[in-house]
Amino acid sequence: MAKIEIRNVSKDFENNNGTILHAVKNVSLTVNDGEVVVIIGPSGSGKSTLLRTVNGLETAQSGSILIDGIDIMDKDTDIRQVREEVGMVFQSFNLFPHLSVLDNITLAPMKVRKMSRNEAEDKAMDLLAMVGLADKAHQKPTQLSGGQQQRVAIVRALAMEPKAMLFDEPTSALDPEMIKEVLDVMLKLAKSGMTMLLVTHEMGFARAAADKVVFMADGEVVESGTPEEMFANPKTQRAKDFLNHIL
Amino acid sequence: MVKDTIKQPPTLPKTEGELMEIRNKVVSNPFHTTKKEPTVISMTDGVLIPKKGNKHLVTSWRLTFFGAVVVLVCLCVFDPDTYWKIFKYTITGIPTTFECTIFAILGAVLIGTITGVGSSSKNRVVNQICGIYVELIRGIPLLVQLMFLYYALGSLIHIEGIVAAIIALSICFGAYMGEIIRAGIQSIPKGQVEAATALGLSKSQTFFSVILPQTIKVVLPAIGNEFISMLKDSSLVSILALSDILKRGREYISRTFLSLQTMLVVALIYLILTLILSRLVGFMEERLHKNG
Repeated sequence: MAKIEIRNVSKDFENNNGTILHAVKNVSLTVNDGEVVVIIGPSGSGKSTLLRTVNGLETAQSGSILIDGIDIMDKDTDIRQVREEVGMVFQSFNLFPHLSVLDNITLAPMKVRKMSRNEAEDKAMDLLAMVGLADKAHQKPTQLSGGQQQRVAIVRALAMEPKAMLFDEPTSALDPEMIKEVLDVMLKLAKSGMTMLLVTHEMGFARAAADKVVFMADGEVVESGTPEEMFANPKTQRAKDFLNHIL
Repeated sequence: MVKDTIKQPPTLPKTEGELMEIRNKVVSNPFHTTKKEPTVISMTDGVLIPKKGNKHLVTSWRLTFFGAVVVLVCLCVFDPDTYWKIFKYTITGIPTTFECTIFAILGAVLIGTITGVGSSSKNRVVNQICGIYVELIRGIPLLVQLMFLYYALGSLIHIEGIVAAIIALSICFGAYMGEIIRAGIQSIPKGQVEAATALGLSKSQTFFSVILPQTIKVVLPAIGNEFISMLKDSSLVSILALSDILKRGREYISRTFLSLQTMLVVALIYLILTLILSRLVGFMEERLHKNG
């Protein structure tokens, strides 16, 4: 398992009209081995941007991000090797529509890890059985429900045997009755000791599984603490307002 | 009596349907509740491609196709001295026409893929080069380009006429094909690239395993359409002394001075060919959709 250290990371975006948007301002955050850290906060607070800097989908302007001690912002670091070790699950699933569920899962292990097809497929079937979707292996993603698609997306990331997992609002695009099936899988994963960094609005999940909750607003970490502390008595007014709104 | 009617409170229409009924009585122009589908205007150079669901188009396709066949057959049967002879003479141009069309479309797809990838690349130099190529080709008439490239190629390297014509056609159509493929690539959601990147796939792996297969599906119908256009525009190579259908027709005219009759036969041959092709493209599209 891996340790993710985010140190003084800042990320700006330039708008079309030339104005600069400070999406993430000088944020530091540590996820220890096997820890589950949940980032919460209002939309536009830079949560997703921060998460995306961790596997290099966004490049931060300053600061450093260390995964198992390797600085991914160092020019000499091969970012692709880091990405192999850090799985990511997206809000919109992003499954490959032209491939079957099984091929979606085996693509990266075969291309990147150079696994044989048999080996990759065996592994994929095991993982699919774990999330209860073994019978869907040969269907196309579009034939599955949203919850099923997201579970396949989690399996796709797990097939690379990552040391850490990033979740970018994994349940936000789902119908209420499908959220549970995805959260159950994530909970199972958290209990198995996976290092996880999540952006989510599922406070129930944060309560049940998180070791630490981080509240972000306007690109900054306003407050962080254990779920009990955060939800019972938030210290800052900003966090109080947000939690009142959402709970 | 009058009092009674006045005392009666007016019954208000309750349902939407009742309201509509009243409205339709009052207003001469009936009010449509059904939402209008947004109109999509698609302009293609090739003939329209009829699909099963499109009854109107299938009917007009049938009428045109069988009409053309009947006219051609009648002409050949009832005046074999003129038309059968013309037909026999011009039909020998079909191999050349097809050779040009098929090889040029392959060349155009190849050039188009390179240009399409180039113009959707983030590299500014590559992007500019592709942009200039597309602008150049689109701004010059096809006939002028063909002649220019033919003579330019001829003065640089000694190649057969048909090869030069195919290269010239490929370059001309490659620009349009490039635009089609660029649009196809850009229609693939950004999340697809992100997902592949996050899984650790390299740029080329992402392109060949994720982007390209999805792009092909999107652009195939448009390429089919270009194929039909290419069949028609290949007639331009007749000016390059290649004996395609049109050139054979012109040769026949210069011998017999039967201009109108010959051109009629040439037109009918082209019409029948393009109509057959459009139907084939339609079938291909349907199969593609069925396979998901």
